[in-house]
Amino acid sequence: MSDPTHPTAPAGGTEVAPPPPEPAPAPATTERNASLWADARRQLLRDPVFIAASIYVLLVASMAAFPTLWTRQDPRACDVQRTRIAPSWEHPFGFNNLGCDYYSHAIHGARPSLQIAIFATLGIVLLGGTAGLLAGYFGGWVDAIISRITDIFFSLPFLLGAIVFLTVIKQQNVWTLAAVLIVLGWTTIARIMRGSVLSSKGLDYVQAAKAMGAGHGRLMLRHILPNAIAPLVVYATITLGAFVSAEATLTYLGVGLQPPEESWGIMISQHQVYFLDHPWLLLFPCGLLVGTVLSFILMGDALRDALDPKLR
Amino acid sequence: MSDVVLETKDLVKHFPLTQGILFKRQIGAVRAVDGINLQLHRGETLGIVGESGCGKSTLAKLLVGLETPSSGSIMVHGADIAGRSGAEMRRARRNIQLVMQDPYTSLNPRMTVGDLIGEPFEIHPDVAPKSDRSRRVQELLELVGLNPDHINRYPHQFSGGQRQRIGIARALALRPEIILCDEPVSALDVSIQAQVINLLEQLQKELGLSYIFIAHDLSVVRHIAHRVGVMYLGKIAEIGTEEEIYEQPTHPYTQALLSAVPLPDPTVRGLRDQIVLEGDVPSPADPPSGCRFRTRCWKAQDICAAEEPTLTVRATSAHPSACHFAEVRNVVRVTE
Amino acid sequence: MATDRDITATIDALPGLDASAPPLEVNDLQVEFRTRNGIARAVNGVSFSLQAGETLAILGESGCGKSVTAQAIMGIIDSPPGFVTGGEIKYRGVDLLKLPESQRRKIRANRVAMIFQDALSALNPVFTVGFQLSELFRKHRGMSRADGKARAVELLDLVKIPAAKQRVSDFPHQFSGGMRQRVMIAMALALDPEVLIADEPTTALDVTVQAQVMALLAELQRERNMGLVLITHDMGVVADVADRISVMYAGRVVEEAPVRDIYASPAHPYTKALLESIPRIDLKGQELNVIKGLPPALTNIPAGCSFNPRCRYAQDVCRADPEPPRFALAPSRTSACHFWKEVKGDE
Repeated sequence: MSDPTHPTAPAGGTEVAPPPPEPAPAPATTERNASLWADARRQLLRDPVFIAASIYVLLVASMAAFPTLWTRQDPRACDVQRTRIAPSWEHPFGFNNLGCDYYSHAIHGARPSLQIAIFATLGIVLLGGTAGLLAGYFGGWVDAIISRITDIFFSLPFLLGAIVFLTVIKQQNVWTLAAVLIVLGWTTIARIMRGSVLSSKGLDYVQAAKAMGAGHGRLMLRHILPNAIAPLVVYATITLGAFVSAEATLTYLGVGLQPPEESWGIMISQHQVYFLDHPWLLLFPCGLLVGTVLSFILMGDALRDALDPKLR
Repeated sequence: MSDVVLETKDLVKHFPLTQGILFKRQIGAVRAVDGINLQLHRGETLGIVGESGCGKSTLAKLLVGLETPSSGSIMVHGADIAGRSGAEMRRARRNIQLVMQDPYTSLNPRMTVGDLIGEPFEIHPDVAPKSDRSRRVQELLELVGLNPDHINRYPHQFSGGQRQRIGIARALALRPEIILCDEPVSALDVSIQAQVINLLEQLQKELGLSYIFIAHDLSVVRHIAHRVGVMYLGKIAEIGTEEEIYEQPTHPYTQALLSAVPLPDPTVRGLRDQIVLEGDVPSPADPPSGCRFRTRCWKAQDICAAEEPTLTVRATSAHPSACHFAEVRNVVRVTE
Repeated sequence: MATDRDITATIDALPGLDASAPPLEVNDLQVEFRTRNGIARAVNGVSFSLQAGETLAILGESGCGKSVTAQAIMGIIDSPPGFVTGGEIKYRGVDLLKLPESQRRKIRANRVAMIFQDALSALNPVFTVGFQLSELFRKHRGMSRADGKARAVELLDLVKIPAAKQRVSDFPHQFSGGMRQRVMIAMALALDPEVLIADEPTTALDVTVQAQVMALLAELQRERNMGLVLITHDMGVVADVADRISVMYAGRVVEEAPVRDIYASPAHPYTKALLESIPRIDLKGQELNVIKGLPPALTNIPAGCSFNPRCRYAQDVCRADPEPPRFALAPSRTSACHFWKEVKGDE
């Protein structure tokens, strides 16, 4: 039920809703920059789930960016004698099957996982976002062409396509993995953006700007995009998490990163056989992975609720 | 009130109805605007009234360039601006600005009031130098009765009536001669409507503006308009001065429309000349042959189906009417 | 399955039922909305009563609380954030606010029904009109599907929808605006209520269609001796159909009078100012008086008389609590203004 003191339906005949507009607030009160984003930010900062999830993400990000803050151990300093020793105070995650300090592996492993996820997400947002914006805004044959291309890419099966691409390319590093994820993942964002733009195009204030003589660029960037971008941001946040687990999946299948690179996916694939005897070898990277993915999803959820103008 | 500032000749807009997925076939058309001839003089307010489906919103969009006509011309000071593009035409279009109906959706909620009113200056940078824009925006705010200090506020911090004033200020930025008002007070409370109507009238006097005032509320139009045109299914049924249309209407549709407007006067209950129309408005995709109003008209004869009545001055009155049997009938005044 | 007799029996058995009491009586109703920005006092002590066959118009602009009052009577306020915090709503002497929901539901639709402004959102778009109508009969009267459908056709005929037999299997979006409104009226009248509350029933309609729908309502009301509460902001419609008017402002009733008296000599500054600010189709070039200022935010209603910041008759007594009492000017005529005599005399 909408906030009855929030300006909603026009006057002179309200629907079945509580009394609508309050007039301009008294001038003395704060000049709150109350745009949708500012309101959303305020709401998010009061949401404990969002705060917890963001803290977790920030921690992981700092692991990726500044691994030396977290551990002095060199992940390459391995001694086969110490293989699979259980966790202790100096080595909180114990040792892996090659005798390397597992904790430092986990810390260093955050970087490629996050790198891939961030690059890939940026890539799909730029590629898919632009495609969707152009298709939705111009309509006509532009839309027809872009939509058909989107459909073609959409029908490529994700896992199979990724495996085939990576096997063919033969190079398996952060960049190729990110590229594969972008190529296979941009279509959903394009669809979301297109739908969002289509519904924003008809808004009164967009028509007003058009009537004033605004050109395509101004209409797209100043009026339509800011209004259409909210669902995109939510989806992108959740996709970040999905890409972290996608990398782990591909690495596990053998087509992703390879040792001696470290990533959580590698840790999982290398130590799965030891699960029964040394469960912590599998549980630690899995825990980190699941925790990261979950945090992104929760952030995305909270963001979606905060940005939904209907729930205000 | 002598020059004609705006004129339309046989203005037509048909929206095609298509079928098919890959290859679209046209199976018909919605004849939203089907031959409109209008003239707007300097300093005057031309009211356009009609009910839903009559095409007045499409007419508004055609006049400000949001739609391109299927045929016909729109001439501003003699120069045809219909469907043309390019820098020349953009400059010509500056002369017609739009005030929209809904103050809650016609302002971008993410822009400050200063940005909103200043946007025309950004789109047409040759109108005002950058350094001058802020001052001009503040002048415009004062002109419409708002506090110029509120230039950095957001639309939702204002009431409906104030937002409509912001919309009017924005329309005035480029100093147009013609303002198209598309139902500017319909979404406002009754007591606020008067404020905005008074403002529009005052601005017209001060700045010599010409208005095309589109509305469905006949009382408001009577108050503000000098001349009035009545639209039905994409055509003009009758057009004349405000007095001619309200006190000497000759077209049956106008008469029915006027008789349906309730008067805020309980003493005339039961005494008014009530014309109740039967049936629904026909679809604009398939209008009746001949006179479009004949399916609901009590005067309809064979000639009405055979021959479409043109909008001309008839023997029975001084103003043009599109009816073979045009006859004055005053439905607004009470029958004694 | 309840039948008509069962419903009547249940209602007759309600404690306090008094067949001679008015079918609808509201006493000092208070409704508030608890929001992030504070408590919005949407309805602040509204009282009125409605007799059988009478048309009472509740007149006011947006935010005055008229729709909330109607929703409170029907018991359809979203709670939270809305709460009925005081007053009585009586159907024939029975206070509906004290009834359990199951009994209240019986009164709803069977005795007191409501129609809304927007038929398209009040009717379910995925079911045919006939289905929705006949469902009422199946649920509340225990009729079979065939009987329900027959009654549905009868009802559509009653509200003058042409070709009712064919149209009964149409969906709501296949009707025009005016026709949909008639369908909504048919649904409201299906169970023969004693009171019909119409919340802005014609605001979204064209003026010619409005005239048709109002004429239909008037005819149906006469035939059934039904009480009609008409909620609107349109002073023209009110003048045409109302017997009595209650004018609301900021959640309170500021004036109440028979219809002719209100237009001829309003006794409250708000009513007077409203009448002076509307353009009329039979007058031209009249000066439109503006009511300066804005209606108050419901979270921050002024002390004393809620209209005082905008009132040209306001004095110190108006600006301080308590709010002005309802002065009785004549039988069935009240005004909540200290200076009603001056307002009335000023013509």
